[in-house]
Amino acid sequence: MNPSPTVVIAEDLSRAFGDFVAVDRVSFQVHRGEVFGFLGSNGAGKTTTIRMLCGLLSPSGGRAAVMGQDVAAHPMAVKRHIGYMSQRFSLYRDLTVRENLRFWGGAYGLRGRPLAEREAWAVEIGGLDGLEDSLVRHLPGGFAQRLALGCALLHRPPVVFLDEPTGGVDPEARRRFWDLIEGLSGGGTTVFVTTHYMDEAERCHRVALMHAGRLLAMDSIAGLRGVFGKAVLVEIHCPMAPQALATIARIPGVTETALFGERVHAVLEHSELQERVRKELAAAGFAPAELECIPPSLEDVFIHVIGEADRT
Amino acid sequence: MIRRIAAMAVKEFLHLKRDRRTTFLLLGMPAVLLVFYGFALSFDVEHVRLAIVDQDNSRQSREAANAFVRCGFFDLVWQGDNARDVERLLDAGRVQAALVIPPRYGATLAQGREVSLQFVLDGADARMATTVLGYARQIAASVTPVTYAGGRMGPVVAVPRVWYNPNLSSPIFLVPGLVAFIMAISAVVATALAVVREKERGTMEALRATPLRAIELLVGKTIPYFLIGFAAAAGCLVTAWAVFDMPMQGSIIWLAVVTVLFLAGSLGWGVFLSTVADTQQMAFQLGLLSSMLPNMLLSGFIFPISSMPPVLRLITHIVPARYFLAALREIVLKGAGMTVWWPDALGLVVFAAVVLLLAAGRIVRSL
Repeated sequence: MNPSPTVVIAEDLSRAFGDFVAVDRVSFQVHRGEVFGFLGSNGAGKTTTIRMLCGLLSPSGGRAAVMGQDVAAHPMAVKRHIGYMSQRFSLYRDLTVRENLRFWGGAYGLRGRPLAEREAWAVEIGGLDGLEDSLVRHLPGGFAQRLALGCALLHRPPVVFLDEPTGGVDPEARRRFWDLIEGLSGGGTTVFVTTHYMDEAERCHRVALMHAGRLLAMDSIAGLRGVFGKAVLVEIHCPMAPQALATIARIPGVTETALFGERVHAVLEHSELQERVRKELAAAGFAPAELECIPPSLEDVFIHVIGEADRT
Repeated sequence: MIRRIAAMAVKEFLHLKRDRRTTFLLLGMPAVLLVFYGFALSFDVEHVRLAIVDQDNSRQSREAANAFVRCGFFDLVWQGDNARDVERLLDAGRVQAALVIPPRYGATLAQGREVSLQFVLDGADARMATTVLGYARQIAASVTPVTYAGGRMGPVVAVPRVWYNPNLSSPIFLVPGLVAFIMAISAVVATALAVVREKERGTMEALRATPLRAIELLVGKTIPYFLIGFAAAAGCLVTAWAVFDMPMQGSIIWLAVVTVLFLAGSLGWGVFLSTVADTQQMAFQLGLLSSMLPNMLLSGFIFPISSMPPVLRLITHIVPARYFLAALREIVLKGAGMTVWWPDALGLVVFAAVVLLLAAGRIVRSL
């Protein structure tokens, strides 16, 4: 028996709005208990993909299935198996914590004892003890976010879709939220999460990079770091880094440059090119320059992959 | 299904509980508006400034003049015997109407021959003029003696008699219309706002990802507004009865039945609008315009449908207030049974069914 059955399948999933292709032939599979991260800038097609997987938007091409149910043919069956936390605030601010939980539980058809048990569970995981009768509008952002997650999980869905769940929340609350996600995953719940925070993506088991509607790369974090192949990523410290960027970019063999604060990240075709970069920088008056080979962060991977895609 | 609808309805009640101002407006405003409009919209004409020119000064002519003065609609502001003064008085606006009694009026009447009383009226306000003319005809008829001299028939006079609203008091005629008008506006606007609010807040997206069906959402959402609308309608009718002496001739149960039918259509229309509008502001304006204008102009509330051009008359068939108003007048003023107003009830049923189906269909696709 397969220990990690496939929970979400997308095959050439596409969605066009008029002439604009928001999602372009995207294919992937997500397994049980996996934390699957969807990474990309705004407008990359992450939300459109999630909305199709949740049965909220019908695909204009390809197919997708969640828990074996086709999203286009049986959206209602899909909705029974999923929890969804949308990008926008999905709680009623003029209702209390308990009233929100009761309502969302009722919307999933729960009541009586099972509902009461799940309410208590959601209060516990959200750290909302003693706040049951507070209006949601008076809750700090992190608490509200955990309550929204609790609401989406009341009916014990095997899959939960979180669309940028931590937007506008402080780092401590974000960390707590991700601890919750890891707990869920450990309990066998599949978590499909979109984000544009790199540190969040690093906590995912697998990450898919999306750009302009297309899936550019999909792998584990370690696997993604391997996309550079023989090329190396160097971090360059030098005076006036923003101005030096152009000089570095002109050197043959430098395939990519990006500015990170006062440092430049450059991808060199091979490591011997480092000496040449140092010399060129000195000649252009940007001395002293320090070069250091670094392991690529997800952000570097992301920039690299997008750069490759834009070149082809 | 019942659980999901109940959850929705309970939540909606909680919103209303938290937003007491809106709830109070929805419940109390219709009755308050009714009182204001009821007094302001009176079509009754009183204190018409009258001049009397008596060129005869006989017993009969004084009797005729007295009849006009006594009836209570006129204020006698000028009296004389020269008919040429009338033009000056009307031009100057000092009087709105003038009664001119011709010379030898009494003598001619005594001979049993036909004689005319001249009634001159400022027709600038046509509606007032029509009403005053009606009064004048009735008074003139009452002073015309019916003589049977030597077996000859005297002038035959038609004496009009008005049923159901014997004093032609306009509040009694207008109040059912106002009830329909105010109810439609508050029901349509309130529901449209309630649904669009979910879209604006972003909660609609989350609702759509639950197994909640469009019809469950729609029913659960409208139940509280339905109850509030019903309570407001009852408040309106009680106010009409207490303040304007509106009679209650018919069955309260039938009244409730047609009110429910009308409310169902109005709520459905509100939900339909909410699927078209994206902001609360737009929903408010659409709701106000689409319920106020047709209900005011095309329902027979103020302008009788029978005197409209054929095209407009055809259009009135899609205005639900038309049916509600007709049924309301039949039930409240005449105490008529179902045999009389069933076509109107049918109209309400058809409207409600069509609108609710449309709304449910739109909600599935567009929200």
